[in-house]
Amino acid sequence: MSGLRVIKPGPLSLLQDAGRRGWQHLGVSPAGPMDPLAAAWANRLLGNTGGCAVLEISLGGVELEAEEALWVALTGADMPLSVDGEPRLNWSRFRLEPGQRLQIGYARSGQRSYLALVGGIRAEPVLGSVACQMREGLGGLDGEGVRLAKGDLLAGDRGDFPRGASVPWPWQPDYTSAQLLRVMVGGDAASFDEQQLRAFFENAWLLSPQSDRMGARLAGEALVAPQRQWSQGVVMGAVQVPPDGQPIILTADRQTMGGYPVLGWVHPLDVGRLAQCPANQVLRFTPMKLEDAQDELRAFYRFFGR
Amino acid sequence: MIRLEPAGAEALLLVLADEPDAGLPQRIAALAETLRRELGHLLLDLVPGWTTLLLHYDLTRTDHLALAERIEPLLEAWLSVPAVSESGQVHEIPIWYCGEDLTWVAEACGLSIGELVDVHSSAEYRVGAIGFSPGFAYLSGLDPRLALPRRSSPRIRVPAGSLAIAERQTAIYPQASPGGWHLLGLCPWTLFDAHREPPCPFALGDRVRFFAIDEARYRAEGGGEA
Repeated sequence: MSGLRVIKPGPLSLLQDAGRRGWQHLGVSPAGPMDPLAAAWANRLLGNTGGCAVLEISLGGVELEAEEALWVALTGADMPLSVDGEPRLNWSRFRLEPGQRLQIGYARSGQRSYLALVGGIRAEPVLGSVACQMREGLGGLDGEGVRLAKGDLLAGDRGDFPRGASVPWPWQPDYTSAQLLRVMVGGDAASFDEQQLRAFFENAWLLSPQSDRMGARLAGEALVAPQRQWSQGVVMGAVQVPPDGQPIILTADRQTMGGYPVLGWVHPLDVGRLAQCPANQVLRFTPMKLEDAQDELRAFYRFFGR
Repeated sequence: MIRLEPAGAEALLLVLADEPDAGLPQRIAALAETLRRELGHLLLDLVPGWTTLLLHYDLTRTDHLALAERIEPLLEAWLSVPAVSESGQVHEIPIWYCGEDLTWVAEACGLSIGELVDVHSSAEYRVGAIGFSPGFAYLSGLDPRLALPRRSSPRIRVPAGSLAIAERQTAIYPQASPGGWHLLGLCPWTLFDAHREPPCPFALGDRVRFFAIDEARYRAEGGGEA
């Protein structure tokens, strides 16, 4: 086993795996990475299956010291990377020698990057998962939902690769481009006035700074939402419209149930692109067929493993 | 009358009734148990709601159409089983009625604060659903005089242990979390602990009663932030 000692933890660095499954009937949020695609690529670069535990680094500002030699991979937001001052490429794997320091600067584009170690970062699972859910106090390195702290040890396997490798550039997302997110229309959509549904797709929305790992709050011309009385289960990407008419898109740390009417669901992989947007980014939405979303997701699971 | 609708690309919603009734939560729990037994390998999570059961399925093994086909005969069998009126476990829970919205709710309902506390603590509630956050039990049976719509915009943070109401429901927030309900008071007990077996004391169909305590008792019972 090898490890990285935390010199600087950054403002919000969280351990995440495929998520806490099988406890939603007791209200336990699945959590997991905000950008499942970037997290899966970090694991892929080291030969891990898609759901191995990675470190989700929000905004950046992290410095780690290798205790022994080991391989690491980084993907996601464009944060300047260096090893003892020597630049390294994002969306790549590389080796650290004992005592070397990996510096992860603040994001130039995107919001979240993912650090993987061979075999996944080690931690004791809580309710079957190490995913760090701060609101619920579950998961993470200590099991109590605490963010990364100075002095923590990220432990994994050492790994053995003949050379470094990068994700081919056509597969590296551009987080600076304007965001058009695909939405499957459904849920309570039929109870919305047709004009309100059209307005959701035609209007531009701003990503509110009040967004967090639970949900992305949109700000724009208020929609008129129908009433719904009985809370029911909700899924990743659900577009809820509370009575104030400002939609909320549920993300990784979402609740398991909700009472607000739902007009549809953002494609789960587009929720990842949403998670890379800074506050006040302009967002637009376009309708997508359920079957197309399923085809794309199946290909994602086939390629990366579950 | 039962509808099966996709809920996004990886979940199927079973809409089992238009309105909840007293026996429905236990029947939905029984249906969830049957589906877990029969189709467990296809399902990642089952989330009972007031009138619904949401099935998160494994898209690499099935989809909403194939799953619906498997479920339809099981639903017919479930419909033919008569409703049972089991009693459910009884929970008596202490509440310090000190909530931020107490005055406002009393005014909105045309009651004094004392009357509001009496009305809320004299009813017997039933666990209709568990969700939103770990151990958050939606309780039915709220007196119609206290029925108010949710806040138009949810609070960013509600303290752990908050007793709240919205529509015809009442509940306690087991952890600090965002919330759109009206706050009436605080419960000193821990209502979810991942290391306890089971992690949450409530099951669908359980009965819940509240009794008023003062701040001293709240602190003595282990109550925190207020």
